[in-house]
Amino acid sequence: MEKEIKLMKGNEALAEAAIREGVDGYFGYPITPQSEVLEYLAAERPWLRTGMVVLQAESEVAAINMVYGGAGTGKKVMTSSSSPGVSLKQEGISYIAGAELPALIVNVMRAGPGLGAIQPAQADYFQATKGGGHGDYRLITLAPSSVQEMYDFVHTAFELAFKYRTPAMILADGAIGQMMEKVTLKPQKERLADDKIKELYPWATTGRKKDAERTFITSLDLDPERFERHNHALQAKYKKIEENEVIVEMLNVEDAEYIIVAFGTSARVSFKAMDLLREEGYKVGLVRPITLWPFPKKEISQLAEKVKGILTVEMNAGQMVEDVRLAVNGRIPVEFYGRMGGMIPSPEEVVDAMKQKLIGG
Amino acid sequence: MTEEIIIAGFGGQGVLSMGKILAYSAIMQDMEVTWMPSYGPEMRGGTANVTVILSDERISSPIITRYDTAIILNQQSMTKFEHTVKPGGLLLYDPNGILHPPTRTDIRIAKVEAAKEAAAMKMPKGFNMIVLGGLLKINPLVKTENVVKGLKKSLPERYHHMLADNEKALMRGMEIVETVHDL
Repeated sequence: MEKEIKLMKGNEALAEAAIREGVDGYFGYPITPQSEVLEYLAAERPWLRTGMVVLQAESEVAAINMVYGGAGTGKKVMTSSSSPGVSLKQEGISYIAGAELPALIVNVMRAGPGLGAIQPAQADYFQATKGGGHGDYRLITLAPSSVQEMYDFVHTAFELAFKYRTPAMILADGAIGQMMEKVTLKPQKERLADDKIKELYPWATTGRKKDAERTFITSLDLDPERFERHNHALQAKYKKIEENEVIVEMLNVEDAEYIIVAFGTSARVSFKAMDLLREEGYKVGLVRPITLWPFPKKEISQLAEKVKGILTVEMNAGQMVEDVRLAVNGRIPVEFYGRMGGMIPSPEEVVDAMKQKLIGG
Repeated sequence: MTEEIIIAGFGGQGVLSMGKILAYSAIMQDMEVTWMPSYGPEMRGGTANVTVILSDERISSPIITRYDTAIILNQQSMTKFEHTVKPGGLLLYDPNGILHPPTRTDIRIAKVEAAKEAAAMKMPKGFNMIVLGGLLKINPLVKTENVVKGLKKSLPERYHHMLADNEKALMRGMEIVETVHDL
C-alpha cells in the first residue's frame, strides 16, 4: 500500500490523528496558538467520517468536565488548549486523575505567566509534570518535537492512558503547533462499539444490568483511612509507570564529553547546536526526554558517570533542569540556558552557552 | 543536501504560500521539509516571513539565524536579512520598492522583477509564482514538474482552474530572472 503523506501543521496533524485514532469525543475552546485543532475538526466534520463528537464548549472549565464525563463512560475523549486555558482545566484534570480515568489533554504552550503572549514557550513544564492541580497525582506527559510526533503521540497517549486508567498530556509549544512538516498518516481505526467498551472496561459507567454491581466513579471519599488506601494505590500505579514507560531519545552520546538535555522545540534547536559544536570538534551529545513524566532519571544518571557536564536548554526560566540536577545528584556540573516570553533560542546561542558555561569553564 | 531558506516580504504577497508550494514540491521528491512561519500580530499587515528547510536528512532546528538562500520582497526584509545569508549563499530579490539594493560581494545575488511582470501579465496573484520560478532557475532545488504536482496537491480543487496560469507565471519567472552578482 502506498504511504499516505501530507504537509501539515502540528495542530492539524494532531486533529487528524484524533479522528484516525477512533476518538469518540473532542471538547475544546479556541485559543492561539492551538486554534487550528478545533478549526480542522470543524472543517473535516469527523461526525460524518467516524461518528466522533466535536464540541466547542462554553469555556475551558466546561470542556475539561465534558472530558471527565465522557471518560467515565469508557469513551476515548480529549481536549486541547494553550497555557492560560490549560490553567483553567487544572481542577478537572485533578478530578480525572483522582477518579482514575483515561483521557488526553493537549497543551500547545505559549508564553506566561498570565495571559502572556501568543509565541511559543515551555514554561508549563512544572504544571504538567509536578501536578498543576491539587493533590498527589501525576500526568503522563509526552513532549513532541516534530509534526510527525504530534500525530503519533495521540496514539501513544491514549495507549498509556487506558493501560493505566490515568490522564495523559501532550505538551507541545506554539512552534510545533504552527509549523508544517511531512506527516505519514496511519489508516483509520474504528471507534469502539458500546458492547466492546462494556467488555473491555468494566469500571466504566455504561448502565447497570440487573443484579450487577454498581460502577461508581468519583474523586471524593470522606473516609480518610479508605482514601489513604486509594492514595497508596495511585502511588503504586505511578511507580509502575515510572519503571516501565520512560521514552527518551539519545543522539551521539556514545563518545560524548558534554550533553545537552532538551525537549520539544528546544531539542530541535539543540540538535543543530550539537551538529555545530561537533563540526568544531567538540564531542557533544543530545538527550531528548520524550516522556517528561516519567522522567528519564536512570538514563541521565548513567550518563553523569561518563560525561564532564550537562547543559539543559529550555524556553523558560529553568524548570526541567531541576529534574536533571536530581538525576545527576551533584556529580557533574549541570548548567542552564533558556529564553522566555515567547523567544526561542537560536542554535548559535546554545553553542555559545555550551562553550561559556561548560567547555571553556 | 540541506537547504535553509528564508522568504520575507509583506503580508499578502503570498510569502507563506510560496513556502508551502516549495515544501510540497520537495515532498513530491521524497525530501524532508520544515515550514516555520512567523505567526502573530505581524501577519495583519506589515512584514511576513517563513523559514523553509529542505533536506535529504532529518531536519534539526526550525529556528535558524543564517540561511543558504534568502528571498527578499521588501526593504524592511532586505535590512533584516541581507546579512544573514551564509557566504557563498544566494540572495534573490524583487527590486520593486527596494531603496537599498544588496551590496554584499561574498554571495550570489539575483533579481526578478516579479511585481512589474505580474502587473504586465494582469496576474497580480501570480507574483509569488514568478519569484519561485526565478529561484528555481538560479537554484534548481526541486524539479519544475514537482512544483506543478505540489501545487495541485496543496490547492483545493475549486482552484484547480488556476493551475495553468500558475505554471505560466512560474515559467515567466524563469525567463526574466537576472544574475546581479556571481561568484
